[in-house]
Order: sequence, then C-alpha cells, then structure tokens
Amino acid sequence: MSATTPREDAEVGGRPLPPGWAAPAHQPGADSLADTTFEERARENLARPFQRTAIANATDHTVFALQRRFAGTAHDALRDEARRIRAHAITNLPTYLEQWVDRAEARGTQVHFAADEAEARRIVAGLCAERGVGRVVKSKSMASEEVSLNSALEGAGIDVVETDLGEFVVQAMGDRPSHVIAPILHRTQGEVHELFSAMAGEDLPDDPEALTGFAREGLRHAFLTADAGISGGNFLIAETGEVAMVTNEGNGRLTTSLPRIHIALVGIEKMLPRRTDLAVLLPLLTGHGTGQQITTYVSVLGGPRGAGEPDGPEEMHVVLLDGGRSALLGGEFEEALHCIRCGACQNVCPVYRQVGGHAYGWVYGGPIGAVLTPLFRGQADGGELSHATTLCGACDDICPVRIPLHDLLLGLRRRRVAEDVAPLSERLAFRAWGLAWRHPATYRASTAVARAGLAVLARDGVVSRRVPGLARWTATRDLVLGRRR
Amino acid sequence: MTRRVRLFTTCLADVVARRTADDAEHVLRALGHDVERVHGATCCGQPAFNSGFDEPARAVAAATLRALDDGTDDPIVLPSGSCTSMLRLHWRELFHGRPEAEGAARVARRVRELSAFLADDPAALRALGPRLDVRVGYHDSCHMLRELRLREEPRTVLAQVEGLELVPLASGERCCGFGGTFSGRYPEVSTAMADSKIADVDATGVDLLVSADPGCLLQLEGRMSRTGSPVRVRHVASLLREALA
Repeated sequence: MSATTPREDAEVGGRPLPPGWAAPAHQPGADSLADTTFEERARENLARPFQRTAIANATDHTVFALQRRFAGTAHDALRDEARRIRAHAITNLPTYLEQWVDRAEARGTQVHFAADEAEARRIVAGLCAERGVGRVVKSKSMASEEVSLNSALEGAGIDVVETDLGEFVVQAMGDRPSHVIAPILHRTQGEVHELFSAMAGEDLPDDPEALTGFAREGLRHAFLTADAGISGGNFLIAETGEVAMVTNEGNGRLTTSLPRIHIALVGIEKMLPRRTDLAVLLPLLTGHGTGQQITTYVSVLGGPRGAGEPDGPEEMHVVLLDGGRSALLGGEFEEALHCIRCGACQNVCPVYRQVGGHAYGWVYGGPIGAVLTPLFRGQADGGELSHATTLCGACDDICPVRIPLHDLLLGLRRRRVAEDVAPLSERLAFRAWGLAWRHPATYRASTAVARAGLAVLARDGVVSRRVPGLARWTATRDLVLGRRR
Repeated sequence: MTRRVRLFTTCLADVVARRTADDAEHVLRALGHDVERVHGATCCGQPAFNSGFDEPARAVAAATLRALDDGTDDPIVLPSGSCTSMLRLHWRELFHGRPEAEGAARVARRVRELSAFLADDPAALRALGPRLDVRVGYHDSCHMLRELRLREEPRTVLAQVEGLELVPLASGERCCGFGGTFSGRYPEVSTAMADSKIADVDATGVDLLVSADPGCLLQLEGRMSRTGSPVRVRHVASLLREALA
C-alpha cells in the first residue's frame, strides 16, 4: 500500500477539503490488457500476503448471508421469474429504450447516448465544463470505471470525490475496485486504518466506527460544496423513465439530490419494463449482493426538482452507455446482458477467491468479468480470460438471473479457436492429439509410451521431478502412479 | 441383481491412474457383475471440447462412441464423474446434427458414474462386509456435483463401509483447482486453489481424502505428495477394494 501524499492544490474552487484529503489521481483500469497476461497479474495478486484471507473471509460471509436470506423462501421461483423478466427486457431492448427515453424526457430528464467509453467521457466532461462544475461527488458506479471517468474529469481540472466508503478508500490509495459490490474486498481493516491515519495526520482508533466517522466528516463537506453528483444506476424503468438505485451508506441519495446537477451514467442493459419488476429484481440484487432483505436506501429517481418540490437537483442528466452492449443483442452471448451486477458469482468463484478482481485486468472480475471483458473489449484484449476458470459451475448455481456462465465461457473459448486467437502451440497440440487419439491403435501406443516414460521417472510409484512436456504441471505437483504410503 | 457391465476405464486411468480402473473392476466383480472392459475406446474428448477445439474433440469422441455403442443395453460404468458428465450431457452438443447423434444419445442413456451405479443397490455392497476403520473427508467433484447432481450417491456408498466415519469438509464442494487444461495453463493459480482445499482437509483431521474423480485426485494427491500432507488420498473404488480385502 502506498501512503497518500496530499495534492498541492487541495483548495479546488476556493473550498478547501480537510488537509491530507485530496487523493492521488485515480488510476483506472489499464487501457489495454495486452501488456500483461492473466498469469502475470494472478501471480502478482497471489503474492500479496493478506489479500487471499481478506477475500476468503468477506466472500464466505456474503455467501453465508445469501443462503440465510433465502432459506425457506421460494428462491428458485423468484430466480426463474427474474430470468424471464431480464430475458424479455433484453430481447426487446430497442423498444424499451425508446420508451424509457420518451418518458424520461417528459419528466425533464436530459438524456444522452454514449456509443463508447470515449464518448461517455466527452459527454460528462462537457456537461461539467459548460456548467462551471469545479467539484464532483460520486456514488459508486462500475460504468464510470468502464469509461475511466475519474481520470478524464481530473484531467479537465475537476475535483472528484468518491463518496462510497469503499470507493473512497480505493481513490485515496490510488487503487482500483476489485469487486462490483465491495470495492475494497481485497483490503484489510488494518490497511484502511493506516491510510486514514496518514490522511488525518494522527493515529486514529483502529475501529470501524471511528474510521467511518473520519471519512464521514470530510465527505459531508464534499457533499455540501459539490456542484455536480455523478452516480450509476441499478435499473432503468421503461414504463416510467426512472432510474432505480440501491445503496447502503446514504451517499447515493446525497449525491443525486444535494448538488445542483445530477448525472447518472447507466449501461443500456439495465432495463426493466415495469416498476413492479423491481419487486422481483431488487430482493435478488440485494440478497445475492450482500444477503440483505433490502438495502438501507432504495432510490427511484424520476427527473430534476419539479415546481414546488423542496429538494432535488436543478438538472438531471442520464448518459446511456452502450460500450459494446448492443453488439451482443441477438447473438450467442446476449445472456451476458442479463447481469444485474450483484457480484455473487465472484464470491463463489474458486479462481476469484485466490487471485482477486484485479487479476482480470479490467473492471469486472470473476466469472462475469471473464465473460464481459472479452465481449466488451474484444478477443485480442482479454480473450484469454475465458480460460481463467475451471468451469466448476459454482457461478451458474448462484446467479440470481440464471445466466449460463459456464456455457458462455465455453462459447468464448470456442470463439477464440474459430477466430484463430488461440496460440499456435495450443492449436498444434490439439491437432496432434486429435490425430493420435482418433484411432484405438495409436491411442494404445501413445498411452503405453506415456506410461513407460512415467515409470522410468517414478520412484516408489511417485514422479516428483519435472516431467518433459509437463514441466508447468510438475513444477508444483507430483504425479502419483502407485499408492502413496 | 448382478448383470453384464461394460467398464470404460477412461484415458486418465489408462495413463496415470491404472489402479483406479483395476480397483473399479475388482469391486464390480466382487458384487458378482460380469465385467467387460470396453476395447477400442480412447477418450471422451473433454480436454479439447472444454478448450474450444470441437473438431479434434469430435474426432476422438467418435472413436470412443464406436467402441461404446455396441448394440447392447448394458450399463457403461466409468470410474470418473467428469467423463461421465461429458458422455451424458455434452456429447449431445458435440454431435448435434451429425450422423453420430443417435448413437451418442444411446450411449448417454447407458453411462453411469461408478458410485452412482453402486448406490443403486447399497445392500449388495453391504452384504460383502466392507470394513475399514478410517475417518474420511469426501471431495465432491464439480462435474459430479453440479452437472450430474450426484451428491448423495457417493456418500451412500461410503456409508456401507463399516468403521468408516465420514467427516464433513468445509470446502468439500469447492473446486480443487484441476480444471483439466487449466491446471497446466495457470499452474500457480491451480496450485493455490489446491492448497486452500488441502489446508481445510489437513485441519479437519481425517485419515483419507476420497473422491470419485481421477482428475481431482491427480491434482490433490499430486500436491499433497509434494507438500507432505499426512492425509492419504483414495478413489472411491480403491477405498472399497481395501475395505473388501
């Protein structure tokens, strides 16, 4: 963990934040994954001493809470219904988008379309520039991570303050969120204590309440002095033109109602046809995300402050982000768009539990990250992620909307072969394998040779040195042929 | 009821886990079944299929299909949940719309994972008087648990062994990190996954770690041998053979 250094211009817009508060420039996901491989990133993460324990504790806790939450309920029926609703919404997405835009505009919401990440950055930065925005408060948004919004705004001289406690820590550390629901899942309380003490310039009590209190004090100031609030959105409701959002800390509500401008950046796939669909999707999102019956705050945002209303922003903007989504409509991987970003598949993924979210290289980790990253960024960039899984199926079993992640991952592996992205060595190996094992005679010969070779290398039935051709496998594991005593 | 049974040993058993196939045959014979090993079968095609290489997967699986589709209705027993899952569930997709589709469907109906086959008649197994005084942790293989949905069957089989105490593992249903080609593609991640499982097994205090999938056992036993875990590893078939000795 790097200690934070106060930025020199901590007095943005003449409204100082507490000393030591301004964070180092946000470090968004790498612009290209091609520089590093999953293996390299995984190795780096495996080497972090407390990270695996932190992830195991947090994910075990959440999975346990999920099971307790739905015990004795008609959970499977609810999931079936959610799947039906999401499938219907995505199949008819163009229609529902049109309807949503009409209704939202009728409510006074200003709607913008961003075809890709760059356009989203341009739109949001443009809105801020035109309206003289000096400080932005943000509530948690994975879409904003997709488009690297913070660095774009900071580059334009805007002061950005993340207000979700986890995201606040991420920002102050110059880190990236490692989980869609719990951004600092990979961090320990000790690390937060160290960070906040450095920011405060004194040794704060190592106690969650005290640490939160420290953050709260400065965040309150940021809320009161911000010109714009930027949020994500959990659902778009077609029949009403509203944006629904769940949070637990109250920061989302302050972000969207206190500053004079609210900008929501939302993926187009977050669509639900009707408001009553929330009755199905909300309990699944919160239950699978955190094990809660309902989050502390559920906001359904329906436009700027109306005449005679006491609060709310003067302007509400919604930036609808495509970013590779519409290209999936009607195709083999459309079901990836059903995702409601609960993070449950990450919590149960045995690979994620070891390597954490950052190893996936971009914004989304775990099984859904291994699916979305190559789909949103292309096979050349992140295509290998479909292999960063054992296809154990735990994700399929826990997904609240029953996305067949196993099948999607397998489909991406096939596409990698079809598009010749798979390495030549791999293609040659499977070709040779296919030629040898399609005939029983050559199969018998090759297995006999393999057995004989292993027998030569074995001592007391155990091969405990590196085997030619299996060097990577045998570097950490023996091959036990006989019965180990 | 004793019957004619085909034993498909699988490629993993043919190369590194021969004793698993031998032990499975021994146990089936002890139960009075007329066991015949399938000749001419090679591999179910799973390594290529799960890597996205459908063409070589199909070519290899077709050879195995020809050997298995022998015109009988005899059950085909495999000492591997993973291969059973491939034959039973994924061949349909692999051969979809091809001349082999019908044969693949016939075979899919006949294949049985070994412990599920044995669990059909637990009394017959019990009547043989299997006995072994051991504390056992059972590792659910992902394909058996989440594809074939065989959770109780292997436990039913283990429950027939007198003196055997089955101890629940906290991580029993979590993947061991094998994942076929995954274990060679990302060896460090794969090994870390095994270690997390092995730490649980060691802490639970069992004598034996048992599973019904040679792939998981290759991974777990290989790592436990390298790190010197005191816990021994057995395939269900091997445990039963010992219990019958």
